[in-house]
Amino acid sequence: MPRVLVTGRDGRETVVEGQIGRSVMELIRDAGFDELVALCGGCASCATCHVYIDSAFAERLPTMGTDEDNLLDSSAHRSVNSRLSCQIAVTDALDGLQVRIAPED
Amino acid sequence: MNDQFDVLIVGAGHGGAQAAIALRQRGFAGTIGMIGEEPEIPYERPPLSKDYLSGEKTFERILIRPPGFWDERHVAMLTGTRVVSVDPDKRSVATEEGATIGYGHLIWAAGGHPRRLSCSGHDLAGVHGVRTRADVDKMVRELDEVTTVAVIGGGYIGLESAAVLTKMGKQVTVLETQDRVLARVAGEALSRFYEAEHRARGVDVRLSVTVDCLDERDGAVSGVRLADGAVVEAQMVIVGIGIIPAVAPLIAAGASGGNGVAIDGHGRTSLPNIFAIGDCALHANAHADGLPIRLESLQNANDLAITVARAITGDPEPYTSLPWFWSNQFDLRLQTVGLSTGHDQAVTRGDPTRRSFSIVYLRQGSVIALDCVNATRDYVQGKALILQRCAPDLDKLADPAIDLKDLLAAMASD
Repeated sequence: MPRVLVTGRDGRETVVEGQIGRSVMELIRDAGFDELVALCGGCASCATCHVYIDSAFAERLPTMGTDEDNLLDSSAHRSVNSRLSCQIAVTDALDGLQVRIAPED
Repeated sequence: MNDQFDVLIVGAGHGGAQAAIALRQRGFAGTIGMIGEEPEIPYERPPLSKDYLSGEKTFERILIRPPGFWDERHVAMLTGTRVVSVDPDKRSVATEEGATIGYGHLIWAAGGHPRRLSCSGHDLAGVHGVRTRADVDKMVRELDEVTTVAVIGGGYIGLESAAVLTKMGKQVTVLETQDRVLARVAGEALSRFYEAEHRARGVDVRLSVTVDCLDERDGAVSGVRLADGAVVEAQMVIVGIGIIPAVAPLIAAGASGGNGVAIDGHGRTSLPNIFAIGDCALHANAHADGLPIRLESLQNANDLAITVARAITGDPEPYTSLPWFWSNQFDLRLQTVGLSTGHDQAVTRGDPTRRSFSIVYLRQGSVIALDCVNATRDYVQGKALILQRCAPDLDKLADPAIDLKDLLAAMASD
């Protein structure tokens, strides 16, 4: 199973084993990071699962959809590495991925 | 069982869960107990009429937090427990089983129960509300045997359920007493759009109809009889006609309210040390002209929970969040921001026939809300227009080629 290094807002780092078919949002949420609100439950209707993705993995990620792109615009903390974690499915290609939870908006 | 908590939360939905999470995030070190009527730990309700009903998501995936989380945060879960009375003098609640549980602060997050029909046949087998996991599990168990479904109520829950069941191949009739669907929450243009979309997919949408009673065959519902004598055949009936806020114990204890329990800007009820949040909380909303309203939404449950956690931890900040909502039906993603109630003008941006458009609601020239269908960009950019009480040029507002954020910039430079 792919292993993902998650960094919380307070800098806490945890390696989490991901389940194929779930989203990175679910992986982070289920690992106990309560600062990831994920209010809409993963249907790309809010931006409360905003994370920064290690740029080395950019090419292995699914392409960003228009809705995701627009929703990320609602964050004052958007960077080139921003993604909504609910829109990234866990795959074997993501083994070693590093994600950091973005600051609260 | 611990019979005393520093904070006792009644209700294990989104509001209750977020209240506990926010208290711990803010360093609250006292004991927290959470009482829920249902047997489950907190789960997301929105998927009940969408991904959970369709089977796309398992129950495990709609848990707000995994089971172990609540133990780690030292939140005692008292599930399958109903509170029947509150004693504000002794600071305790009594449960249906006769237990007494004391509190330092009480957070009432009990939500509501689906409003039920009162006509004959309302309690037949095959008649369902859509509020709990148990409701939906019961529906799903029956669905294999069902080809015809009547949905009573053309609100979000009814329409979302109709969309899922239609996709499953069921023959669905939506029965709405008003002359349009979504009448309580949206402007007419949006109502007409959704009626047409449902009809185009085979849903029989009937407006301005009154239910007389439910017919029975072999002990189960067989149809809905309307006041004009027509009978809509239905092996399953879904009742989506709103909720009744679950506040009876608080009102009986002397709390102000009626349609919900009244709270101030910090979530305080009129009773000492008792707060209320979520669907059942009647509050003066800054985005409804300060009028007392209840909001049945995740945003409201979540943000009021944080408001109350702040008040309890000595860092009060009044509730002023801008309301937002979403509803997914078929391939239509509706996102709403602001409250359109009281609008005196509605401007459509884009072409509804292309299935990507927004309706901008204004009052006295200023933007107060937007309904955005497959138009997330407008939803995101529209927020600022509402918050800054933007009074845009209406021709530009109606032109989807002009970004909403540019309207704001144009105003600023005027």
